Amino acid sequence: MLIAVGSLAVMGLALGAVLGTAARYLAVEENPIEGELKEMLPGSQCGQCGFVGCAQAAAALARGEAAVTLCPPGGKALAQALAAKLGVKVDLSAVADGGPQLALVAEEICIGCCRCIKACPTDAVVGAAKQIHNVIREACTGCGACIDRCPTEAMSLVPVPVSLQHWIWPKPFAAAA
Amino acid sequence: MSMGLFDRIFKQPRWGVHPDDNKRPAADVPLRMLPPPARVYMPLHQHVGGAARPVVLVGQKVLKGQLLAAAQGNISAPIHAPVSGVVSAIGEVTAPHASGLGFAAITVENDFAENWIETDPVTDPFSLAPEEIARRTGLAGVVGLGGAAFPAAVKFALGKRLAVTTLIVNGGECEPYLSSDDRIMRDHAAQVVDGARIVMHAIGAREALVGIEDNKPEAIAAMTIAAAQFPEVKIRPVPARYPMGSDKQLIQTLTGKEVPADARAAEVGVLVHNVSTCAAVHQAVRLGRPLVERIVTINGGAVAHPGNIFAPLGTLVDELLAFCGLTATPSRLILGGPMMGTPLLHGRIPLVKGASGILAFDAREARLPAAGPCIRCGSCTRACPMGLLPLEMAARIRAGDLDGAVEFMLTDCIACGCCAYVCPSHIPLVQFFSHAKGELAARERARLRTEAARRLAETRIARLEREAKEKAEVAARRKAERKAAKARAAAEQAQGETA
Repeated sequence: MLIAVGSLAVMGLALGAVLGTAARYLAVEENPIEGELKEMLPGSQCGQCGFVGCAQAAAALARGEAAVTLCPPGGKALAQALAAKLGVKVDLSAVADGGPQLALVAEEICIGCCRCIKACPTDAVVGAAKQIHNVIREACTGCGACIDRCPTEAMSLVPVPVSLQHWIWPKPFAAAA
Repeated sequence: MSMGLFDRIFKQPRWGVHPDDNKRPAADVPLRMLPPPARVYMPLHQHVGGAARPVVLVGQKVLKGQLLAAAQGNISAPIHAPVSGVVSAIGEVTAPHASGLGFAAITVENDFAENWIETDPVTDPFSLAPEEIARRTGLAGVVGLGGAAFPAAVKFALGKRLAVTTLIVNGGECEPYLSSDDRIMRDHAAQVVDGARIVMHAIGAREALVGIEDNKPEAIAAMTIAAAQFPEVKIRPVPARYPMGSDKQLIQTLTGKEVPADARAAEVGVLVHNVSTCAAVHQAVRLGRPLVERIVTINGGAVAHPGNIFAPLGTLVDELLAFCGLTATPSRLILGGPMMGTPLLHGRIPLVKGASGILAFDAREARLPAAGPCIRCGSCTRACPMGLLPLEMAARIRAGDLDGAVEFMLTDCIACGCCAYVCPSHIPLVQFFSHAKGELAARERARLRTEAARRLAETRIARLEREAKEKAEVAARRKAERKAAKARAAAEQAQGETA
């Protein structure tokens, strides 16, 4: 009886010591969910969430310090995905989501100051000093970082036009459901 | 050649449905020619792949068959003038698409001169290299005329690369109401057989199996006569069962081979081409004529004189319907068949290469019964030719669980519509699947976009860092140079002083 209790107690202490040491030396530096969240975010580092970049936003999300609705370019779809990943409830009605958007240069007002080019996180604006700028549609994420930089308000966000290739059949009973 | 009683009872496929085919009387009416329209609208994107690039200018005179727009990219097809006349506009027309959105088209005003461009006929296509046949077919803008509109020349190259041994010529035409393939086999069987032999030569196939549904005895008879002197072309009647004209089902019925999921037919050694496509290949290679006209079935309860019409591409649907006469305002317009066709919002839409039929339905044909709840009877499961569980997939899509639907192999769905057709509760099953496939494609596009944006952002950050580093290096070098110059000057001065 005593031997059994004693040996189990010794084993428990020994294994506990091993686990305790392992926890100290093999600790995971980064919260593993942080990487997954970083993958989900747009990655354009536009800074509209208030953090320096998407990695910092992901870290804040992982610590539970930021709301899942923080990312305006991600819209409702991203908020929903983040909520599902983090297992939190989210009120999507508050998320403004006009669908995907693109930046557009009003060519008649653009003075070619190059400020938007410097602001664009994905190098989607092309142009040179005193030349009319333009937006490469494929590279623009619609983050809006360029809008406030423009001294002549030539930059605006417009909804991405629906094309034949992007049109989706409506969901049956969508109105009823 | 009709099937024996034994075959009829024991060799019926276990999948699919058998709707009223409604093919007659339209199929039996002799082919009619549409009087040339005053204006045609040739869309730049009538095929799978990249849109064609215009090579004509507004105001330019063109001959019939002249190149209007060239193929662009690896998978694409050129567009040719269906009539002779003048290019009057390059602009937007409504696409034959459920969305009613527009796409680019070239408008040609007909001068009614019917002046053909100089063609380059070939007397013996079998003396040409297979690559040359593929090239000529590609330049003639031939695409799959059964509805898929996949560029034929691209398929030839694929067949050649994957060592295809059997060409399957698809004369299934399983969609109700349609009879354009039936008509081309009855009236131009020799062209179809010749085209099939040219395709065989182009892909290196040893035999051609022509699968024709047994509800078309006249076509089977005509094709048997046309193929009599060519033992390599075998006419094979198949049971009339929808969707027999779907390539995977026809391949299985004719060869017993099942095309694996996510694989192409060529990977099991067969290639499928439609009978009308074979006739177009004959026209393109033997006569050097590009694809500018096609046979289209005009049918439906609202049509006064249904039948098959030979019409230039780019003719408006309204003009085709007016030619056949309407007994009432159509309750629904469909491009293609009633099972898989595209609903059209109006008739000011041009005829495209892949359009095998235009259906104008009356109120009785167009009615949609109200949907009820799923009673889990399993009818859809028995009807599904791909062996899927439509009820399970639809329930998941309805609840917004797309991944759940994908686990039930939504990606294998061919959208044939058998499930929705047999559903006793009239649940729009296939509509759920079309919606979900669109959503999945949008999700994939968004993922690719996000990845591209991340790459761009990372490249930019790396560039900014590199620039900052280079700037710092340059500054450091300048500083060092200045220091060295100063030291040199000081040394010289010191030397001068000592001297």
